[in-house]
Amino acid sequence: MTIGVLAIQGDYDAHKLRLEELGAKTLLVKKPEQLDQVDAIVIPGGESSTMLKFLERDGFMEKLREFVRAKPSFGTCAGAILLAKEVANPSQLSLGAMDICVTRNAYGRQLDSSILEADTKLAGGPLEMVFIRAPKISKLADDVQVLATYNGDPVLVRQKNKMAATFHPELSEDKRVHEAFLKMVREAKASG
Amino acid sequence: MSEKNGNYGLRLKTGLAEMLKGGVIMDVTDAKQAEIAEKAGAVAVMALERVPAQIRAEGGVARMASPKKIREIMETVSIPVMAKCRIGHFAEAQVLQELGVDYVDESEVLTPADELHHVDKHAFKVPFVCGARDLGEALRRIAEGAAMIRTKGEAGTGDVVHAVKHLRQIVKDMRQLTVMGEEELYAQAKELRAPYELVRMVARSGKLPVPNFSAGGIATPADAALVRQLGAEAVFVGSGIFMSDSTTFAPAAEAEIRARAIVRATTHFDDPKVLLETSAECTGAMKGLAIAAMAEADMLQKRGW
Repeated sequence: MTIGVLAIQGDYDAHKLRLEELGAKTLLVKKPEQLDQVDAIVIPGGESSTMLKFLERDGFMEKLREFVRAKPSFGTCAGAILLAKEVANPSQLSLGAMDICVTRNAYGRQLDSSILEADTKLAGGPLEMVFIRAPKISKLADDVQVLATYNGDPVLVRQKNKMAATFHPELSEDKRVHEAFLKMVREAKASG
Repeated sequence: MSEKNGNYGLRLKTGLAEMLKGGVIMDVTDAKQAEIAEKAGAVAVMALERVPAQIRAEGGVARMASPKKIREIMETVSIPVMAKCRIGHFAEAQVLQELGVDYVDESEVLTPADELHHVDKHAFKVPFVCGARDLGEALRRIAEGAAMIRTKGEAGTGDVVHAVKHLRQIVKDMRQLTVMGEEELYAQAKELRAPYELVRMVARSGKLPVPNFSAGGIATPADAALVRQLGAEAVFVGSGIFMSDSTTFAPAAEAEIRARAIVRATTHFDDPKVLLETSAECTGAMKGLAIAAMAEADMLQKRGW
């Protein structure tokens, strides 16, 4: 089982490190054909507008769209924006893998970035959340499960075999979000 | 390391730098250039009154850009906006923080405001990036609270030679620390003129405690790939994108092609096939100024202590 980490730009190394700490095999994905070698994909934090520039060429967008619709996928911050069906502020292209609407930079600029602790449905008590120029999940479909909220806003969600976080679990010591993702990948693999 | 902003301060500050990794931060002087930069895939822009090549050519005192100009750029793009303050000019930094920029570059490109002291960056909530030529300088800036280090290179020249020199120096200094005995680290800290705690941290991890980017003279896709292969985690491109020589802006279409090519080369820095494609796309790079032919007094990198 190999977990791909989209490595166009952003904190992909932090995801790779965390996944490897948890015993997963990883592959940094920079080109569309590399998607054939992985069982799941993580889309990291970074600038979604930059990542889109790379996806817009060489058929990367089509290939990744097909991949994330079928296989387990996890997006943090910019990754959540890319996985969404709809993006606001500004409106931009996305992969449409999850029935959520994400608003970019919804909490303001870097000065409004923060590290918080909030309750989660993941076992083990409150979860530390690193928000950096964070987006906001402004709408979600009924079958999207909310795994954590902050101030009433959903910040960690799951729909079938997709997960999205508006914060950065890869920048926290707490490994539970990545553990939950890997569990989801293993379950998907087992059910064929 | 002590932190006046509490335990969360430095993590939040380096957190944004983490998001910029693998990307290109471009110098822009107006909203139109900022738009071109964002469209080309820049991860952030540096809002300036004049790019380094112009500052170098025109002379005079170079100061923080006008807040009006920076605000206009902030309103135009959705990516992070950085701005420069003069070395030691904490009041300019206060203005930039109040304005809400995402990163402040305490930069040798502007005329220094203090010949002894840099800004106490712990006192700010906005993160700072600072230039360095060697490990000692990098660690002194980190001790003052810098959340990102970039090589100084020689800004505004289009000559990459000193970005390479500084990057190699920092990497070499770090490698040297990793093979030293515990007792040697005290003497080495003195040698580096850097706090012992930070020296020991680097000796153990083999890398800087904050992201390490490259700047200063990067002008082509191959230049960006070069510094990436030497260990830079992201690239600042100043005059190289929008200038054709020290005083003339390149046509917008040409700048856009160059910007896009440098962005692509920065991601695929280890793929010669993409580097060939991106190099072939570019029509001409800025004429530039060879550092070897330059008088020492004209060098911006000597600023900072």
